[in-house]
Amino acid sequence: MAGPDKGFSRWLLATNHKDIGILYLWFSFAMFLLGGSFAMVIRAELFQPGLQLVDPNFFNQMTTMHGLVMVFGAIMPAFVGLANYMIPIMIGAPDMALPRMNNLSFWILPFAFAILASSLFMEGGAPNFGWTFYAPLSTTYAPPSVTFFIFGVHLMGISSIMGAINIVATIFNLRAPGMTLMKMPLFVWTWLITAFLLIAVMPVLAGAVTMMLMDIHFGTSFFSAAGGGDPVLFQHIFWFFGHPEVYIIILPAFGVVSEIIPTFSRKPLFGYASMVYATAAIAFLSFIVWAHHMFTVGMPLVGELYFMWATMLIAVPTAAKVFNWITTMFKGALTFETPMLFCIAFVFLFTLGGLTGLMLAIAPADMQYHDSYFVVAHFHYTMVAGAIFSISASVYYWLPKWTGRMYNETMGKVHFWIAFIGFNLTFFPQHFLGLAGMPRRIPDYSIQFADFNMISSIGAFTYGLAQLIFLFNIIRTIYFGEKTTEEQTWESARGLEWTLPSPLPFHTFERPPAIK
Amino acid sequence: MDGDNNSKGNNNIVLKLSITALLMFGFGFALVPLYDVFCEVTGINGKTDNERYQGKAFEKDITRQIKVQFIARNNDAMPWFFNPIEKTLTVNPGESILTYFHAKNPTLDRMVAQAIPSVSPGRAANYFHKTACFCFEQQPLDGLDSIKMPLIFVVDPDLPKDIKTITLAYTLYDITDKAAVEVKITKLSQSSINDSYLTRRD
Repeated sequence: MAGPDKGFSRWLLATNHKDIGILYLWFSFAMFLLGGSFAMVIRAELFQPGLQLVDPNFFNQMTTMHGLVMVFGAIMPAFVGLANYMIPIMIGAPDMALPRMNNLSFWILPFAFAILASSLFMEGGAPNFGWTFYAPLSTTYAPPSVTFFIFGVHLMGISSIMGAINIVATIFNLRAPGMTLMKMPLFVWTWLITAFLLIAVMPVLAGAVTMMLMDIHFGTSFFSAAGGGDPVLFQHIFWFFGHPEVYIIILPAFGVVSEIIPTFSRKPLFGYASMVYATAAIAFLSFIVWAHHMFTVGMPLVGELYFMWATMLIAVPTAAKVFNWITTMFKGALTFETPMLFCIAFVFLFTLGGLTGLMLAIAPADMQYHDSYFVVAHFHYTMVAGAIFSISASVYYWLPKWTGRMYNETMGKVHFWIAFIGFNLTFFPQHFLGLAGMPRRIPDYSIQFADFNMISSIGAFTYGLAQLIFLFNIIRTIYFGEKTTEEQTWESARGLEWTLPSPLPFHTFERPPAIK
Repeated sequence: MDGDNNSKGNNNIVLKLSITALLMFGFGFALVPLYDVFCEVTGINGKTDNERYQGKAFEKDITRQIKVQFIARNNDAMPWFFNPIEKTLTVNPGESILTYFHAKNPTLDRMVAQAIPSVSPGRAANYFHKTACFCFEQQPLDGLDSIKMPLIFVVDPDLPKDIKTITLAYTLYDITDKAAVEVKITKLSQSSINDSYLTRRD
């Protein structure tokens, strides 16, 4: 079989799942740094009360772009990249089922984000209505660049849907003989369910932005009360997409953690089947709880009660997962390499984020917490300590297998501890700020919030610095890391990827492996 | 490996999933009417029928009285003066009541307005019937003109017993631009019809 093409055409015309995985991962890292730099602008402005660095409109553009770039540009493509790289290997397939579509679904993304980012340089500025783009802020009062934003979201949606179709086709059709569904690694399982979520809700998001487009340019009134529409309708449609979306982001993270914790606990995963069912249960529940983001729009009491109880129900399967991870570690021969540190931090901090989620689910309490910094703290505990920590863990875990070189363990641990401390310094005080009444998405604040904001900003700069160490460690590993040819990088790692040589050859499992 | 079988299986899955994605795109749009139907059936969201009530006539229920409050407000930059002539009425359920709202266009230009009603508590929305309302139609008004706009309503005697006060809030929107666009479009299509007629005659 032929090796990779030389030069740029290897990447532009890539159909090999590993190459496309690499493209996705580097793209998401670039977007992570871009979205992170927006966050640095936000935290620099909030370092002190008063308006110092940027004007309020630009601040709003920063919060909006930070959210959009991180959710759609950093986290989602990172997991799609991991899926591309690892799923075929984990199920003993030679490649993804639809390699050319795979190429297309990646190469749409740079264009989508170039369009979105270019709006920063347009007259009227980038979108400034928050990443949730509620109408009428995003229709009647939107800057002219909103049309570019809409087109960008359409492109991202098409890319995600094609990626998801590809993953489902791969898992259903290309499993090695003997790899039954209930033998699949959990990362594959969580991605299978995530792919179905993507196929179900990304089109609804596309519908929502299409309606915005029609309201703005074609005189319809989907979200305009003056023409018989309803702005609250926008929130219902958006969150019908938006709530499953947060599980699209977190389910693959669950999968990664379920791979790594058993390895460094030197025990098999506790409760494999219950993990699968819990994932499916979470995915199902995610469709019937969307209005808990909207407790303050004036829903009737029955609505508030229903969405409150249904939301709390999600804690049951999620807790089952957390207990399974803890039980896996219980009495294990634990060692604390960098991937394991990130996973333990994940379990601890994600659980904290889940608990604040439960607090927010209490409808009467949410009247106070709504749109405050408490919400910001809550979803960063799940998005950063949940998704980003697990992505960091997976990069350290599989990097030796990908490159055939070992990363620097000391530097990895330094990255972890700076990230862990920086993260908590940033977001833990935001709980107190929110409870004390500081609203989110504001460039200036009342003087009594000054101390916690300064701590939070220092934490954010620290966390930002940690990512540069991460980047340096990855590049150093690729070029100068200590060579390792061991198949089994980690002594107790299980799974088909550890039966292959390191670095992984360009083509793997051209003959399906025998599954015991 | 059996390549043929695989590509067949792939095509099958891609087809099914693409159709699912398309259906979900449609479902996003279907949520618009579904949402309205849901609000109508359950009477939540304070959405009232924006059509003339044509149901059965009611008998006056003299055993209780309901306080009906009227609120009039302007959306955003709407410059009109807009207020109810009577702020509060005490009515018997089943009794047909006529009241007026006052609107004045303080600008020098002709404008078109649309009033959007909302009833609270939301549970009362299904029991508040309007047999005539200025909100059923767009309201044009020349510069500096004013108008008294009628509302005839009846409170359903089946109104839940615990509701003692109903608030009807109108928000007035400036839709001059939209109305102008519609007029322009009709004019345009008319003129294009004439044009084509002329060309044919030539």
